[in-house]
Amino acid sequence: MSRTIDIKKHANQQALTSKLIKMLFNTLMSPLYGRLIMLIVLAGLWQGTAWLVNSSDFPSLLIVLDSFIYHFYQGDMVSNLSVTLSRVLISFIIALILGVIIGILMGTSKRLNQLTDTLLIIALNIPALVTILLCYIWFGLVESAAITAVVINKIPTVVVMIREGARVVDQDLLSVAKIYKLSLSKTFFKVFLPQLYPYIMASARAGLSLIWKIVLVVELLGRSDGVGFALNTLFQFFDIAGILAYTFAFISIVLVIEHLIFRPLDKLVTRGCHFDRT
Amino acid sequence: MIELDIAIKDKFYPNSDSMVLKDVAFKVKPGEFIAIIGPSGCGKTTLLNMLSGLEDASEQKLLCNSKSFNKDNEYQLGYVFQQPRLMPWLTVKENLQLVLPTTQPQLIDTLLTQVGLAGKGSYFPRQLSGGMQRRVAIARAFAVNPDLILLDEPFNSLDAPTASKLRLLLVELCKTRGSTVIFVTHDLSEAVYLADRILFMSHSPSAIIHQEVIDLPKPRQESGSAELAWQAKLMAQYPQILAGDVN
Repeated sequence: MSRTIDIKKHANQQALTSKLIKMLFNTLMSPLYGRLIMLIVLAGLWQGTAWLVNSSDFPSLLIVLDSFIYHFYQGDMVSNLSVTLSRVLISFIIALILGVIIGILMGTSKRLNQLTDTLLIIALNIPALVTILLCYIWFGLVESAAITAVVINKIPTVVVMIREGARVVDQDLLSVAKIYKLSLSKTFFKVFLPQLYPYIMASARAGLSLIWKIVLVVELLGRSDGVGFALNTLFQFFDIAGILAYTFAFISIVLVIEHLIFRPLDKLVTRGCHFDRT
Repeated sequence: MIELDIAIKDKFYPNSDSMVLKDVAFKVKPGEFIAIIGPSGCGKTTLLNMLSGLEDASEQKLLCNSKSFNKDNEYQLGYVFQQPRLMPWLTVKENLQLVLPTTQPQLIDTLLTQVGLAGKGSYFPRQLSGGMQRRVAIARAFAVNPDLILLDEPFNSLDAPTASKLRLLLVELCKTRGSTVIFVTHDLSEAVYLADRILFMSHSPSAIIHQEVIDLPKPRQESGSAELAWQAKLMAQYPQILAGDVN
């Protein structure tokens, strides 16, 4: 009798243990914990490698963290970040608006597309550095030249993406607008533009990451503030920890933008498109 | 209600020498329910697209109440396509509101109740079954209080009970609204159940090869004995009519 109770108790314990392991595994495999674990593993690898290399050229994570705290509280990191961020946002908005307009025009007008296609290919292949240098030479080392250089670099990539979207707009849905005599603005904003939202979101995401890299080059070459300028100064002192601290600071900001702006916006513009038939 | 006088000399497929319609001519009386039957690929959808203004021919005479059709035509059109063509990013209510010039929540609620979708107004099209989506498309066509309704095989690929329910719904809506209807189908029994007159089309390049007034009293029954007898009589007289041949 007591042996049967022992076996039952043991089986219950085993079931409980396997249930706990399964729960732990599921928790660890959830997207949030998964990402956290990846970051921790990466940080551990870095710290370990830095400890093994033991060189000032490969600072440990703790030294970079120290440098971050120093630049954040005692240096110009906050002002430099805000200056760069404002340049990124201004360039991003201008490039996106112009790129979307040109892309729609090229995607919907065969004739305009034929006329400007070669121009677009040329614009896509002009090196960013050339545009930046020319803008500084032609307009001087001023803010407007910096913004213009970034915008000129970004517009062609937005145009290419939006043009492809505008080419494959569903004509069947547009015929609905025609049949029911929808106004031009209603047709554009309720029928045409929503079909381009995925393309606009994709070019916005790709645009932000490209723009902030170009902005740094622009700042490095011709501005006296911003992250690019700070990186140039740190480079002259071979302050690798400072360079990495600035890099992480800006990446963190981009991640915050992605989570606070892009993802909710993505959900909003793709509403109605993620349901399975019930 | 409007009457139509249609005469299309020829219509070619876009960017092609292949003729799809040739000498298509017919008249539609105000409030009449016309069914058009023809073999696949004979140009039934093209004909509806021409009547809706989505396509045109080099030589055509399309008269509506003795006036020429144009893009700013005064009459209101409703079109139920083969596919529902609902905007996936708009809810059911927003899809109906889209075609209305002013905000009319009461009309939308009434229509949704009529098509049996009360309470589904906040759903997105992808959350609905194929039959429900078609009901929304029918509600959208009737929302604009149309003078003329074009229906292009709207119940195609639906299961029999759903198609039957939707036919009944169409009959009721047509009765209350009194619109002129042109209904394209390849199903003779569906045409006999719904229409006042059937136009039969030939193979491409198509013309109207025969027309038959259905003198059965309404309301009719799907597969009712009188309806079946009418079909049998027609098929005995023209055994190849559904294939586009009256000889």
